[in-house]
Amino acid sequence: MNNSPFILAPASVTAVMLKVLGALLPGVVVYAWIFGPGVLVQIVLASLTALAAEAAMLAARGRPAGRFLADGSALVTAWLIALTFPPIAPWWITVGGTAFAIVVAKHLYGGLGQNPFNPAMVGFAVMIVAFPALMSQWPAQGLSAAEQIGLIFGAPRPLDAITAATALDALRTGLHESASAASVATVMASHPAFGQFAGRGWEWIALAYLAGGLYLLQQRLITWHIPVALLLGLGLTALPFWLADTAHYASPLFHLTAGASVLGAFFIATDPVSGATTPRGKLIYAAGIGVITWFVRAYGAYPDGIAFATLLMNICVPLIDMKTQPPVFGRKERR
Amino acid sequence: MSTLRKLFGFHGGVKPDPNKDLSTREPIGQLALPDHFVVPLHQSVGGTPRPLVAVGARVLKGQRIGAADGNVSAAVHAPTSGRVVAVEPRVMAHPSGLAGTAVVIEPDGLDTPCERDPFLWRSVEPAEVRDYLRDAGVVGLGGAVFPSHLKLRAARDHPMQTLVINGAECEPFITCDDMLMREHAAGIVRGAAIMGELMQPREILIGIEDNKPQAAAAMRAAVQAAAVRGMEVVVVPTRYPAGGAKQLIRVLTGVEIPHGTRSTDYGLQCFNTGTAYAIWQALEQGMPLISRVVTVAGNVARPRNFEVRIGTPMGTVYAAAEPLADTQRYIMGGPMMGFKLPTLAAPVQKATNCLLAGTASMFPPPAPEMPCIRCGQCAEVCPADLQPFELYWFARAHNYGKAQEYFLFDCIECGCCSYVCPSRIPLVDYYRYAKSEIWARERDKTAADGARLRYEARLARAERDKLEKAAKLAAKTAAGRQKAEQALSGGATPDAAAAEDPKKALIEAAMAKARAQREAVQPKNTDGLTVAQQAEIAKAEQRRELARQMAENKEAPPE
Repeated sequence: MNNSPFILAPASVTAVMLKVLGALLPGVVVYAWIFGPGVLVQIVLASLTALAAEAAMLAARGRPAGRFLADGSALVTAWLIALTFPPIAPWWITVGGTAFAIVVAKHLYGGLGQNPFNPAMVGFAVMIVAFPALMSQWPAQGLSAAEQIGLIFGAPRPLDAITAATALDALRTGLHESASAASVATVMASHPAFGQFAGRGWEWIALAYLAGGLYLLQQRLITWHIPVALLLGLGLTALPFWLADTAHYASPLFHLTAGASVLGAFFIATDPVSGATTPRGKLIYAAGIGVITWFVRAYGAYPDGIAFATLLMNICVPLIDMKTQPPVFGRKERR
Repeated sequence: MSTLRKLFGFHGGVKPDPNKDLSTREPIGQLALPDHFVVPLHQSVGGTPRPLVAVGARVLKGQRIGAADGNVSAAVHAPTSGRVVAVEPRVMAHPSGLAGTAVVIEPDGLDTPCERDPFLWRSVEPAEVRDYLRDAGVVGLGGAVFPSHLKLRAARDHPMQTLVINGAECEPFITCDDMLMREHAAGIVRGAAIMGELMQPREILIGIEDNKPQAAAAMRAAVQAAAVRGMEVVVVPTRYPAGGAKQLIRVLTGVEIPHGTRSTDYGLQCFNTGTAYAIWQALEQGMPLISRVVTVAGNVARPRNFEVRIGTPMGTVYAAAEPLADTQRYIMGGPMMGFKLPTLAAPVQKATNCLLAGTASMFPPPAPEMPCIRCGQCAEVCPADLQPFELYWFARAHNYGKAQEYFLFDCIECGCCSYVCPSRIPLVDYYRYAKSEIWARERDKTAADGARLRYEARLARAERDKLEKAAKLAAKTAAGRQKAEQALSGGATPDAAAAEDPKKALIEAAMAKARAQREAVQPKNTDGLTVAQQAEIAKAEQRRELARQMAENKEAPPE
């Protein structure tokens, strides 16, 4: 190095990304334990696709492949895709979504550090718009490992017998389709996807993600702003509707533990590249994601809203950051 | 008994390995006289002192050899007695290896001091004391080398609240202030008391990081012994860069001094401990600043502090600490803010607080630079509360306007952001580069403005000349007509042809006038000007002077 500082703290992008993967592990384990090994197959599929796409794009762009492949960022995208896609999604959905995320959402925008949108969420959004039905089928209870792997690799899908909607999806469909007769309580009671207060098993997965998120906080890879603001934005939007009409609106607790809420709060919205960076900006950005997520869940055509909400707020990031610059040393009174 | 004081802390900062133990095991050492001294004339912020000695002159220890150039400057002195063998440009301790004029002195080995009348600083005006300190060459020894006499004046409408003596010494490896406080606490305290007399603060706080308990104890004892009213030693938490003047002021008083303002406008001022000691030496020992304590550490067999005379070639100082054979790089200053020395022939100057020897493993080259992932860790550690990654994007895009809007110049280049960056981006290099680009552009702009002013003045002058000529011509024409008319009406002129043609009369008249002018002595164009013309000229001169001054002011980078 030519200039000071001549000493550096031990840190690298690879270390950051590996810690994020490590923090996802508890969630992965609980997920696989509750829904079966499908998710593990998806992780392998997505990881291999991501690395291959990354290598191809780095070669095409004339970048040093070894250094950038080792940074681990493609793996983080791949894992987030595997964890948000259905564990029994056909292999080509996962491969296509991952490839789209890496090639288009990441590298066509300039690669690591340059993408304005969260690549994993771009992959999710593209696939759920293109294949809404396949992207909404979660394994039913008691589906064996062989059956899951068969489904991933092209076995025919007799509906309902082996697949199930998620709690969020079931609730939305139940409320929308059965008109005034259905209420949250009746839907939840009548459907096997529901557990104590959210989707069956999803409570435990959410808890595992929370543990990983707290590890990220402790490692100071993320700050409290985004998770807290996102969960508050979601919960506080759900609260008045639920209080006003308990029959037709799910409880804040349901929303906080269902779907990708906790995963989104700690792992998706906290993507630093596409997210807000100033303390106040993070609060606005994440609260926005929480609020939009609730509206997509309550009134939208898709079961979960985290992906769309994240992408919408990604658009606002430059403006949010510009308008929320923290005061500089010695210039605090003037602002 | 010291009371518990509320400390304020500052945002950010990092905790690198202090590496201070090795160089504090032995007392401050003395060096033998080297075979020559290279005393740079320019050693402080401000003007370059004028040399007072010529080749061949005999000088005495402490004799002034360079006089302060104006008030923003500080004198330089001979470090020992001997003979001046050269006054010429020599390579200086500067990242780019620039040369600067130096007085080269061959010691005679006698070390004869210069006779000096005692200076009764208590019985003279403070202004006189400040002039004395300027001529004694006292500058800030923390590294900024700002002339101390300029800082020793309270603001007119803000009485001094707190005088801060900076013994924090936050940077790794550096222990010169630590050792000075351990060994010369009394001198520092008396120097601080003198500053107190000059500035009349309500309190004098000596800030020392908590990793220097021996220095703090020595200073506490000295403060107690001296019994200076309002003086107190305050131990502050160890966190780099707590020794930054603004950071330490904030920790001790809670006040943040914005960039580009004077701390005295807030009733505050901050001096390094070494500076306090130098002030005491100058005023009460009659010894101008000719030496300072320098830490030699890193990859050396005997890491240690030495009292080094200004002008000693750095190689000599390194040799005293016995660098190990595998030493590859030499750094002046600490590992966070220092710079690589271009050559060991460069002399120790007033700014030299530490000389580091290093190997590739001690100061390893960073991993290859990766793209910024906006993780924000740089912002978390920035003690100036900046958003370093935003500045980086702007600097990279050459968007210097935006960089300045995001307060690029508030950056103190402490290196915390580069230290933590997981993408291993040399962030501070980007800021240094952006600042120098902005300075260069401002210089260009000033030069262009000056040229434009001159061009406009020239156009105005040409226009004025044209108007004057036209007026003269009109006057002459009128005069010719009159003459011709007179000739016609009078009929007295014999030249009938001329009488018939007024034009011819005009030509005649003009030729006569030209003949007369040729006969007269050719006047200069500045002779016999009207008052209005003289005023015009004076204005033009003023504009020239203004343009020159502007160009000069922009030469000197802001502090």
